[in-house]
Amino acid sequence: MSDNILEVKNVVKNYASHRALDHVSLSVPKGVIYGLLGPNGAGKTSLIRIVNQITGPDEGTVLFDGRPLAENNIYDIGYLPEERGLYKKMKVGEQLLYLARLKGLTKDQAMEKLKEWFVKFDIKTWWDKNVEDLSKGMQQKIQFVATVLHQPRLIILDEPFSGFDPINANLIKDEILELKEKGSTIIFSTHRMESVEELCDYIGLINKSKKVLEGKKSDIKAQFKPNTFSLNYTGQLNGNSATFKVQKSSTNMEGLSSATLEALPGFSSNDILKELVDRVHVTSFHEDVASMNDVFLKSVKL
Amino acid sequence: MKNILLIIQREYLTRVRKKSFIVMTILGPVLIGLLYAGIIWAAISSINQKKIEVLDQSGHFHDKFKNSSSYIYEYKKGDIDSLKNTLKQSGADALVYIPSNIFEQPKSVRIYSEKGVSLELQSSIEREIENEIENIKLTEAGITRSTLESAKVKVSAETISLKAGEEKKSSATAASIIGGISAFLIYMAVFIYGAQVMRSITEEKTSRIVEVLISSVKPFQLMIGKIVGVALVGLTQFGLWIILTAAIFTVGGRIMADKVQKAPEALTEMQMSNMPPEAKEAMKNQPNVADAMPDIMGAVSTLPVGTILLCFILYFIGGYLLYSSLFGAVGSAVDSETDTQQFMLPITIPIIASFAIAQIVIRDPYSPLAVWASMIPFTSPIIMMVRIPFGVPAWQIVLSVGLLIAGFIFTTWLASRIYRVGILMYGKKITWKELGKWLFYKV
Repeated sequence: MSDNILEVKNVVKNYASHRALDHVSLSVPKGVIYGLLGPNGAGKTSLIRIVNQITGPDEGTVLFDGRPLAENNIYDIGYLPEERGLYKKMKVGEQLLYLARLKGLTKDQAMEKLKEWFVKFDIKTWWDKNVEDLSKGMQQKIQFVATVLHQPRLIILDEPFSGFDPINANLIKDEILELKEKGSTIIFSTHRMESVEELCDYIGLINKSKKVLEGKKSDIKAQFKPNTFSLNYTGQLNGNSATFKVQKSSTNMEGLSSATLEALPGFSSNDILKELVDRVHVTSFHEDVASMNDVFLKSVKL
Repeated sequence: MKNILLIIQREYLTRVRKKSFIVMTILGPVLIGLLYAGIIWAAISSINQKKIEVLDQSGHFHDKFKNSSSYIYEYKKGDIDSLKNTLKQSGADALVYIPSNIFEQPKSVRIYSEKGVSLELQSSIEREIENEIENIKLTEAGITRSTLESAKVKVSAETISLKAGEEKKSSATAASIIGGISAFLIYMAVFIYGAQVMRSITEEKTSRIVEVLISSVKPFQLMIGKIVGVALVGLTQFGLWIILTAAIFTVGGRIMADKVQKAPEALTEMQMSNMPPEAKEAMKNQPNVADAMPDIMGAVSTLPVGTILLCFILYFIGGYLLYSSLFGAVGSAVDSETDTQQFMLPITIPIIASFAIAQIVIRDPYSPLAVWASMIPFTSPIIMMVRIPFGVPAWQIVLSVGLLIAGFIFTTWLASRIYRVGILMYGKKITWKELGKWLFYKV
């Protein structure tokens, strides 16, 4: 047993013309939602395929729950690929039964679980429909069910919200949170930073085949905080100051001004505020935080 | 292993339950049955007698034309012009006019008809006249027809195979037919079901379900499961075809029994009237077709039926496995069915070539070409099936089957190396060089 459900150690993967993963190491703690981020072509899919044992690493090891990844671990993992697909001419119910049984469930177990999900998503009438008769969003729902039906300990979702309308995206989001609640770990690969902001506890970022950063989302955001403050005030904020530098300021029609202040080395928010109180009338003051978007852009540019 | 069974089950059930499968399986034999029924019906219904008037001014041909089930001849006297005018009222279908100077001008025979004269009638009348003139001229030369007949000797050899000291009547004809049919069935099966494997692999790839599947099962399991599943579909379909065809022919045969009895006569008569006179004579001398049937049936029973059946199943499965894995490899490498052409050709060439070689092998099943082609795994399923009804030494069959097994293990290995890379390779124009590289990829 281990605290990490998944540990990737020094994994290297070469393809004919390029190196897709270059000594990448990641640890995914149990029971979290882990955002696997990176620009297109960074190596995310290669890494996910290795974890799914679709391909093997050229170097390095992958540990699942402390033990080297073994063949029967496929039953512990549920994978929703970015490029979705189902058998078009097969009935929804049969298809889900088939996929569930390939994941090690017996027919009865699979039936029972399927019934729950069909009630939950209110799709009971779909059982005997051919997949090709469903809309794209409906098919996505079916695929999501297929991914999580066998209650895997590790769920890997590649862009799970693409193709969903806001209502269904919310539905899926709630399901993801509920799965986490029930003890599953979710690896979540996406380009949509707002959903990372909303859902992820941990983050790993890969760029150009290498790991760039990894850790708790809050820690990373603190690490990337811009060390600036937003200020709204009335009065005049002219001349130099001892504790901060004005990055930009503007005044609106009613005479209310706003400014972005950069702290000078060695001074905290309290020091700045003390100085401000003497010079202007402060209406609001708060420290700026790094958005995931900033984190992403900054670390990819590095 | 459990997963392979699941895959086989899915591949089998989804295909067998398809409407197109059910329709094809039932319709196939029905169509064949209807085709035969149609031919027989056409043969029976075309027998309506035609009345032919004959005006013979030479006087040599009176009562020489024999009435048959197709034609009734009526001999007239008088003037050709008046007969021509009364042809319609008399109800006759045609009027044959033989002028008095027929010996000098053999081309002066005329046949008049309202609706036009069939080629069959024309040639039969021509032949009768030729025959009669020949007879007359022979008589003038002092030779009777019977003298001429006795000068013609018909030789017919019975083929007897000497094997293990016992003499067996063998029928080269029966052997060729059985060999030809089995070879054709295997040829068809390889194409039909091989293409099915290919198409369905491409479908899985383009619909991207494959990525979900191979996160649950090994690519090799997926490929083997599909190949075996389709093989079972093939065996089911062929089995049903054979059973249904047999059933239709038995039932249809009973229903049409009395009509069918007449049919062969009608058929042979029709055929005979189209034959040149020599062949007709030969036909008359030979036991008729119905009498010959037990002969052929008897010959079939001397064929190694058990061996043929066993070998058919072995070569059916072996040939299918060999080729379908290659078809599968092609299916995995391309993005859509339209891209398969360039890779299909090298696979189809040996199949088509072996079917062509089979035509030669039927004529000489023991030639070096036949022996070699029945050993090479790419041609053996078809060629060996042609040879087996003629009798093939056991060691050759064992060697050939052994090589076939080695062959499909090799092609399956080859295919699985390409497959595992191909199914995850999208949007790339694949070349032969590329495929070669895939063989040695580490996955």
